[in-house]
Amino acid sequence: MAKEILVGKASEFKEGDKKIVPNGKNSEIGVYLVHGNWYAYANLCPHQGGPACEGLMMAKVEEVIAEDKTFQGMKFNHDEMHIVCPWHGWEFDIANGEAVADRKWSLRKFEVDVRGEDVYVLA
Amino acid sequence: MDLATSDKYHSMSVDSFDTTKLLTNAARQRDARKLNEFPIFDTDAHHYEGESIQEIIKYIDDDVLNHLARSNPGIISQGRGGYQPIGGRVTRYPLRKIEETPADGTHRDIHLSRRWMDAMGIDYIGLFPTGMLGIGLAPQVEVEVQYAKAYMRWLTEELLPSDDRVKGYVFLPFNSPEAAYEMAQEFVDKKGIVGFLITSPRYKPVHDNAYMKTYRFIEETGMPLIFHSGLNWNDPLMSVTNRFIAAHALGFTLYNVIHMCNWICNALNERFPTLDVVWVESGLSWVPWLGQRLDNDYKMRSSEIPGLKKLPSEYMADMFYTNQPMEMPNDLDYLEMTFKFIKAETQLLYASDYPHWDADMPCTIYDLPFLDEKAKRNILGGNAVKLFNLDVSERYPNYKAE
Repeated sequence: MAKEILVGKASEFKEGDKKIVPNGKNSEIGVYLVHGNWYAYANLCPHQGGPACEGLMMAKVEEVIAEDKTFQGMKFNHDEMHIVCPWHGWEFDIANGEAVADRKWSLRKFEVDVRGEDVYVLA
Repeated sequence: MDLATSDKYHSMSVDSFDTTKLLTNAARQRDARKLNEFPIFDTDAHHYEGESIQEIIKYIDDDVLNHLARSNPGIISQGRGGYQPIGGRVTRYPLRKIEETPADGTHRDIHLSRRWMDAMGIDYIGLFPTGMLGIGLAPQVEVEVQYAKAYMRWLTEELLPSDDRVKGYVFLPFNSPEAAYEMAQEFVDKKGIVGFLITSPRYKPVHDNAYMKTYRFIEETGMPLIFHSGLNWNDPLMSVTNRFIAAHALGFTLYNVIHMCNWICNALNERFPTLDVVWVESGLSWVPWLGQRLDNDYKMRSSEIPGLKKLPSEYMADMFYTNQPMEMPNDLDYLEMTFKFIKAETQLLYASDYPHWDADMPCTIYDLPFLDEKAKRNILGGNAVKLFNLDVSERYPNYKAE
């Protein structure tokens, strides 16, 4: 049975916030509130082991291609937010933890349980 | 400090920054793999000498250039673009300016180096500059010569004497063969010097007769000659690319490809049979590509390179390489084949390139499933201990190179 780790009060989070909580002695879990949804991932990048959850949250960058296939520039797509590992810049889709450049790789995902005011992560 | 993000809702503000904290997971890797039980030498580590530019300028003898540099340091220390941090995603770039170090007389660059070395389990580093990697592209040869000499004086007087774990290389201002020869002699005996450095982004042929006396001198010292690659987005060929990733992936490889071709095709391995040559920061996958290309052509055109006594690829396998930025294909069979091609167990030297954005931790080597323990330790340190003739007795009293 998964252990419950108390993250804190739901009211302490506003859109875009994250909190990194210890998961035993040698690991942590990053807990996020993004677009009204709760997410939790191991603070461990599958690339070289960087602290992925300690980096930036960035919107997906997309190319703007016109109907005639000409390049018109780039834009942020705020509907898809990325966790960015601060060591090397690997980006992970907040919705599922998959590495956006190669979805065979991903952050380890944990369930989040909000009971009343309390936010728990199931590790 | 507020970091630049894509929108105001997902902002990030940081009050302080500590390299040791950033590398907590590296320290966990170090302990889990017991990396402190054998010597690790990082052949390619960096500092940001541009942050100490006012200190370096004091060592410029030329009064006019000294004045120009004081009035505008960018004249001598122009960097190579601001794309490395990937728009600030690699946070140690913007945050390093708020990292505090003790004001105890030891240079800040030494303090910062020790932090990441200790976290990763690295015992010794060979220190390279950063912005200076592009000085070979300066339109004024005298700027490269004066800046290189000032940098080397600063490095050998203010940094290297303070820590035996930090080694350096003599920066050769290669666009002036005479100055390169003179500097090789001037700095070879300074404390902490273990090799000689040519920065690869430049347009001088390595086989020019003007360099032969310098190669002979280096060969006689027993120290290696190192080619450290780089990029030049303004190169007419590279300027066709419109993304940094292309200029970086190609540039960091191609300059060493060019110099390697000239080195092989002019039989410099035969002219200087005991001169060890190291190719730095081009990754590894280019070596099998180039070796196979040259071998194939050589079998048809051996009359064009009569100085060779064996295949080009066999000379290439006699030389040394650093891993970083090591290609990590999902199918590791490709990487294993590359290791076989370059005889990695004896010819490959670990390099982190830290703190640059594409740094490789020691685990990139240690965790490779096709290496045995002996090979891992050779690549991470043993090969460098032999090549650079390092004394590691203070940290490993019972160490014996295999």
